[in-house]
Order: sequence, then C-alpha cells, then structure tokens
Amino acid sequence: MINITSKKLRSQVIAKINEISGQNVNLCYQCGTCSGACPNAAEMELIPRQLMRRAQAGLDEDITRANTAWVCVSCLSCSVRCPRGIDIARVMEAVRLLRLRKNVDYVHVPELAPEAIASLPPIALISSFRKHTA
Amino acid sequence: MKLSYYPGCTLKTKAQNLESTAIASMAALGIELEELPRWNCCGTVYSFADDDLMHHLASFRDLIRVQEQGHSKVVTLCSFCYNTLKRVNLLVKQDAEKMKTINTFMDEEPDYKGQVEVVHLLEVLRDDIGWAKIAKQVKRPLTDLKVAPYYGCTLHRPKEAAIEPPHRRTALPELLKSLGAMPVNFADTDTCCGSYQAVARPDIVTSRVRDIITSARASGAEVIAVSCPLCECNLRQKQRELKEKEGLAEMPILYFTQLMALAFGLDPAIEQCEAESADPRPLLESKGLLPAGTGKRC
Repeated sequence: MINITSKKLRSQVIAKINEISGQNVNLCYQCGTCSGACPNAAEMELIPRQLMRRAQAGLDEDITRANTAWVCVSCLSCSVRCPRGIDIARVMEAVRLLRLRKNVDYVHVPELAPEAIASLPPIALISSFRKHTA
Repeated sequence: MKLSYYPGCTLKTKAQNLESTAIASMAALGIELEELPRWNCCGTVYSFADDDLMHHLASFRDLIRVQEQGHSKVVTLCSFCYNTLKRVNLLVKQDAEKMKTINTFMDEEPDYKGQVEVVHLLEVLRDDIGWAKIAKQVKRPLTDLKVAPYYGCTLHRPKEAAIEPPHRRTALPELLKSLGAMPVNFADTDTCCGSYQAVARPDIVTSRVRDIITSARASGAEVIAVSCPLCECNLRQKQRELKEKEGLAEMPILYFTQLMALAFGLDPAIEQCEAESADPRPLLESKGLLPAGTGKRC
C-alpha cells in the first residue's frame, strides 16, 4: 500500500529530480504510453508510468531503490511519444545521478570478466561507465 | 571533394570494417573522407542533466578541431558519435550562455564559434550525392537480397537530432534500393537493441536481439543492414548464444557501408571481425554476390 503524506509531497529529492532533469513530473497524467513504448519495461521493478506516479507522490525511496533507471538505456522511445511532452529519459538520468553523485556505482568495473571486456567494443564500455559508474 | 570525417573509438578497433568500407565506397563516389586531426572520444552518450556541462567538453573539443581544420561540416559513421556530437552542437548553438561558459572554461583552446554542422554519412549520401548517382556506381547489384533496414535509436531520436522526420524513414531503404537490394518493411527499424546493457545486463540485450531477429525474419529479411557499431556488435554476438541455447537460426548483420562496397564491386567488402557468429558469406555466395573463398578475417 502506498502511504502518501504532506511531508512526502514536499520531498526535496523529487524537487532535485525536477531540477536536474529540467522536467516537471507532475505533468504526467498516467496514460502509460511510455511504458508501452519502453523495450525494457518487462525488466523494470517499476515501469516508467509507476515511477512517474511515485515521483508525484514524493516516494523518493521507492524510486531510487527500484532498478528502473539502471535498466533504462536512454533510447528515448518514451520521450518521443509522451503526450504531455515530458522527456522521461531525462527523469531517469536524474534518478541515476542521485545515486552516482553519492559515489554509488551500479557497475563495478573490477568485477567485470576480462573476456567480456575483451569482446565488447569501446562504445559499450564507455557508455556503460558513463551511465553506470560515479 | 573533401569532407571532414570524425571516426570515433570503435571504428578504430571493433568496427574497422565499417570505416574501411565507408572510405572505399566514398572514394568510388568521388568524396575523400579527411580524418579529423587529434580527435578525441566524443563521450559516446549525451548527458541529459541540466546542471552538467562537464560531460559535453569532449564533443565540444572535437567541434573546435573541425573549426581548426577549416571545414564547416563534419561527417560521422558511428550513430552514437553522430548523436552525441550533434546534440552537444545544438545545445551550445541554442544556448549562448552555455557556449560562453564552456569556451571560458576551456581557455587553452580557441573559442568555438558554433559554425560547424554535424552530419551522418547517410545524410551525405542522400543530400550531397543522391540515390541516382549511387545507383550508377553499382557494378554488382544486390539483386534478390532481402534486407531489413535497421537504424537503431540514435539516428532517429530525439527528433531535433534525427536524420529524417518520423513519417519519412526512407534514407536507409532508399540506399538499399539504389544498390539493387530489396528493403523489407521492418517494424523494428528503430527499436533499441539493448545498447550498453551489454556490460551490466547482457541478458536484456539477448532478449532484445531475440525480438529483433525474429521480427526481421517475419518481415522476410535475409540480412540486417545497420549503421551503429554497438547495434552490430549486440546483434551479432548475441545470436551465437541464441543459436546455441534456443536454436534460433542466425541472420547476418552487415553495415550499410559493407553492402555499398559489395555493390560497388570493391573487394574485399566483407571483412569480418570475429566472424564466428552470423557469418554473411554463405548467404552472399548463394546469391552470387561474393565469389567463393573471398572475404578475410581481421
């Protein structure tokens, strides 16, 4: 059950997400177009629509705990379709940065298998390290 | 005619076949791709954060290099490089304050004046050369080859950086037609391949590749034409796993430049890096497009 309080609605974390992303999560009217368009929604603990709803309710811990922003690869399938004009990929970036700016890595480079690193092109490694490491 | 050319990291390592076939094909069309001196990695992904200019510096520096080279246009082959350079360029052109901040910060460099245009090779082929001239250059038409045109994400999104509007996704199919091939109507033409999750969550990429290959086959395609080296790597490498574990039949993945070089009769057009999966040679040989035994491993 979601417990919404006035304190949560004034969440500084959500204000920060809006600030970093330049978006207003309150514009979302929950149509779910983003989640229908997202190729990776099936892998997400909160699909984009659910993440946006929790952001509106100030449930920042739900948002930063979920794997959603880490699974998002900024393909922009959501952003180009949002009827409210929200650049959802930017919201996801802001959620990632909330963690990364606290020096929390999602990908731990020393733990990657040497054969995986050898087989991957620089474009994959650099992108991953840019989006998934502090 | 000379064009300033930005290669990017992957074209010098895992995607040398994209670079070599592009340079050879463009030379056949009378255009020399002049590599940008002292280029650096573009950063591969565009930073979406409003408060983060630092991650635009790499691309910004490359734009200064183009300015120094005396060109007003730089062409990219890699879709990721195209997208990142294009968007950083758009950002600073549209926001004078950000342009000034970065120029001031990079005081060891000459100021970037915002006069450079970033284009992808497909745009050069469409706008500067034209399909008719390309068709005239064809020595070995790719007759009967059914190709799924696969753009991936970064040539089409976001719209301000797209090489064509969403209702006119024609550049890649038109190129394929000019080469004598048959582009199929492919619903997943710009569906994400899983991108850099190849590092953290390769299972997601496998799942995306399964869907894309299945969709391409359902569309009647025999081969997929790509532009992005990350799409190419994901689609090719994951097919090996899908074949071994699920028995999914392989489909060759070729850069559009490889198909162009093949049609222009430039040998060896099919240089394969790590050709152990989805080898295109049997298909091309069966179509009479590749003399048996040609094509080398690199």
